Amino acid sequence: MTDSPLRFRDDAPHEEPAVTLDAFLGQTNATAVRIEPGDDVRELLPHLGQIALIEVAFPGFRDGRGYSAARILREAGYTGELRAEGDVLVDQLPLMRRCGFDSFAPRAEIDSATLQASLSRYEHVYQGAADGAVPVWKLRHGQPRP
Amino acid sequence: MYQYDQYDQSIVDTRVEEFRDQVKRRLSGEMTEDQFKPLRLMNGLYLQLHAYMLRVAVPYGTLSGKQMHMLAHIARKYDRGYGHFTTRQNIQFNWIKLDEAPDILAEIATVEMHAIQTSGNCIRNISSDQYAGAAADEATDPRPWAELLRQWSTFHPEFSYLPRKFKIAVIAAEEDRAAMRLHDIGIQLLKRPDEHGNAVLGAKIYAGGGMGRTPFVAHEIKDFVTADDLTSYLEAALRVYNRYGRRDNIYKARIKILIHEIGAAEYARQVEEEFAHVKTLGLDPPLAELERISAFFAAPAFDTAAPDTLDRSDPDFAVWLDQNVKPHKQPGYAIVNISLKPTVGIPGDASADQIDVMADLGTRYSFDELRVTHAQNIVLPHVRKADLYAVWQALDAAGLATANLDLIGDIIACPGLDYCALANARSIPVAQKIADRFASLDRQRDLGELKLKISGCINACGHHHAGHIGILGVDKKGIENYQLSLGGSGAEDASLGKITGPGFDEDGIVDAVETVTNVYLAQREEGERFLDTYRRVGMEPFKVALYG
Amino acid sequence: MGERSGRDLRVKLLTGNDLATGDVIWWTGSTWSRHVEDSADVGPEGETIGKAEEAARRVNGAYVIEATATPDGPRPAHIKDRVRALGPTVRMDLTLRPDVSPQSVL
Repeated sequence: MTDSPLRFRDDAPHEEPAVTLDAFLGQTNATAVRIEPGDDVRELLPHLGQIALIEVAFPGFRDGRGYSAARILREAGYTGELRAEGDVLVDQLPLMRRCGFDSFAPRAEIDSATLQASLSRYEHVYQGAADGAVPVWKLRHGQPRP
Repeated sequence: MYQYDQYDQSIVDTRVEEFRDQVKRRLSGEMTEDQFKPLRLMNGLYLQLHAYMLRVAVPYGTLSGKQMHMLAHIARKYDRGYGHFTTRQNIQFNWIKLDEAPDILAEIATVEMHAIQTSGNCIRNISSDQYAGAAADEATDPRPWAELLRQWSTFHPEFSYLPRKFKIAVIAAEEDRAAMRLHDIGIQLLKRPDEHGNAVLGAKIYAGGGMGRTPFVAHEIKDFVTADDLTSYLEAALRVYNRYGRRDNIYKARIKILIHEIGAAEYARQVEEEFAHVKTLGLDPPLAELERISAFFAAPAFDTAAPDTLDRSDPDFAVWLDQNVKPHKQPGYAIVNISLKPTVGIPGDASADQIDVMADLGTRYSFDELRVTHAQNIVLPHVRKADLYAVWQALDAAGLATANLDLIGDIIACPGLDYCALANARSIPVAQKIADRFASLDRQRDLGELKLKISGCINACGHHHAGHIGILGVDKKGIENYQLSLGGSGAEDASLGKITGPGFDEDGIVDAVETVTNVYLAQREEGERFLDTYRRVGMEPFKVALYG
Repeated sequence: MGERSGRDLRVKLLTGNDLATGDVIWWTGSTWSRHVEDSADVGPEGETIGKAEEAARRVNGAYVIEATATPDGPRPAHIKDRVRALGPTVRMDLTLRPDVSPQSVL
C-alpha cells in the first residue's frame, strides 16, 4: 500500500484507469471515471455503488467547478476515492479537502512541509461542508441532538 | 455592533498568518505571480497603477471609533496619510508595500478588522443600509443577517473560485438606500403575517443585478425566505452560479449574464431544485445564532429625555442641518451625514487627521458607531439633536462640514486613471471641475437632489449607470473622452442611465453637465427632481440642447 | 536605436513594479530605476530582459511600452503610462514631480 502525502485514505489506491464520463455512461464495467469542469456530475449519481475512483479535472486552478462536483458527490453518499487532478496548488488543498477530495494528483510538485502547515493551519471553520469539520455556529450552540 | 468571540478572532488571526506565509513564499520565489495573484486578491491586495493597494473590509459599512482610529494609524504608518472610502462601503489604501501587508493585517486584526475577500472571484463584502438601526422605515435592522452571511461566506470552500466576483446587499426597508437591486444578490427583509396573523420576518431575494460592461437591474427570484432557510437558499443560489456561470469570457462571467441568458424564472427554478436538496444537509445555523448576533445590534441606550428642539440661529449650521441631517426613529436624535466631497477635494478621500476627528465624534456623540455609505460618505447614526451644533463645529474645523448631501456637489467618483490600472480616463479631475463649476451652494440647492456618478472605465466602480447624471471615461485614440448618460437610479425605482450621444473632452463634459442642468431648470414642474423631469420629458430636450 | 517616425524618435521601454515595495520601476539598461527619465530603449529585447529579471525577482510583472525620445527623457506614448510614470495628477505632492503642473507632464 503506497503511503502518499497526497492521499488521505486507508484503502489501497485504485489501479483501473479513469474513463471519461461519456465512456462511463456507455458501458457497465468501468470503476473509475474522470470528470471535466463542464460535466454534470449528477449523471453519476445512479452509479455511485460501482465506482471506486472519481477523478475531477482542474485544467486551471481558477476554474472552481470541481469544488461543487466534489460536494455533490459526497452529499449523494459517495464514499470512494475522490481525486483532484491537474492545476492543484497547495493553497487550494484545504478548501478541496473540505469539499470532500481525499486524494490529489497535482501537475506541479507540492512541498510536503508547506502542505502539512497548510492543512493544519485553521482550527475553526464557519460553515458546514463535505468534511466532518464542525462549523463554529455548532460550537456556539451545542451539537444538535442526534 | 458585532463583537468577535474567540472563534471569529481565531479565524482572522489564522488568516493573517496564512497570508504572511504566502507573502514569504512569493518573495522567496517559491510562488509565481500567477499563483500568488488570486491569493493576494482574496486578501484585498491589488497591484495598481502606482503601488499595491489594500482594500480593508468594513462589513456592512459599520465600524467603531476604535476601528476608525486604527484606519488613521494605518494611513500614517504604512501609507501616505490618507484613505479612500469606496462605493462598497470599504476603505482603500493606495501606497502599500507587499512586505508590510502582513503586518498591516496583523494590526487591524487587533481591532477585529480584516481584508478578507474584498477582491477575488469570491463572495465580497456584504453591504447594507447606512441608516440601519436608526431609520424609522426598516422592518428590522438588516445587519445581523449581513453578519450571518459574512460568516457563512468567509472562506467558503465551494465558492472561492467562482466565475467572477459576487456582491450581496441586505436592506430592510422599502426605500433602497444600498442600491440592492444592482447587486448579484439583493436581500430585502420584510415582515409577513403567518397563518395565525403573527408577523414573521423573512427575506425577498433578488438576483442578477450589476453594473460594469452590461448593467442589469436584479430580478426577484424568491418571494419569502425565513432566517432558518437563508443559508441553504444562498448555498443553492451560489452553487447554480458556480456550476453554470460562464467561464469563457471574463466580461460575461457575472451572474447577471447567466440570468439574462437562461432567464430569471429558469434560474429561480434551478435554485429551488438545488435548495430542496441542500436543505436536507443541515447547513442552516439555528435561529439561536441569528438571535446571538442580533443581540449585538440592540438599540443603544437612548436618552429618552433628549430634547427634540434645535437652535437654528447660526445660518451656516442651519444650512448643514437641512441638507446633511436626517430624521432618526428615536425622538431627540438625528442621523448625521458627513460629506467627503469638499469642492476642492477628492471624492471619498479623508486624511488620517480627518479620520481621527470622525472617530472621536463617533465615540463621543454616536454611541461609538460610524457608517460608510456607498456614496463614499460617512454617517454618525445616533446623534442627540442637542449635540448637533457641537458636532457640526468640530466637522467644520476639520473640513468635513460641506453641506452637499445628495446634491450635484456630492459626486461619486471612482479613483480613475490617477490611481487605477484598469482605468481609461481620469475621473477625479472631472469631478473637481464639475464641483467647481457648481461651487455655489445656493445653486446646488436650487438644483436639488442630483446624483452624479463618474466612472473612469467600463467596470463602473463609480456606478455611473445608476447616476441621475452618469459620466463614463473612455479612451478615444489615446485621448480621454467622456460619455454622458441620464436617468439612472440605484434606489427602489432602479433604472439604468441612457447615453445622450457622442462623448466630450474634459472641458466639454463639464459644459455638458451644466447644459443638462439648465434644461432641467427650464422644464421642471413643481416638486420634480432632475430625475423626475428627465423621466417625464425624455431624452430629446437634453439631446437637442447638447448637440443641436 | 528606435525607429524614426516623422520627427519623433520612437523607443521601447521596459517597465514593471518592484516586487516587495510595489514601486513603478523602469529598466535603465543595466538596472531598475524609479524614474522614467533613466529608462533605456530596449528595442526588441524587452521581453527577454523582462523574463530574466522577473525570474530573478528584480521586477514583478514586467512589460514593454512604446515611448518617444525627447530632450527631457523618454515620454510614454499612452496617457496611462504617463500617469504611471508620474503619479496621481490630483495629488502632485505625492508624485515624483511635485513642483510641476500635471499638464506639463501629461
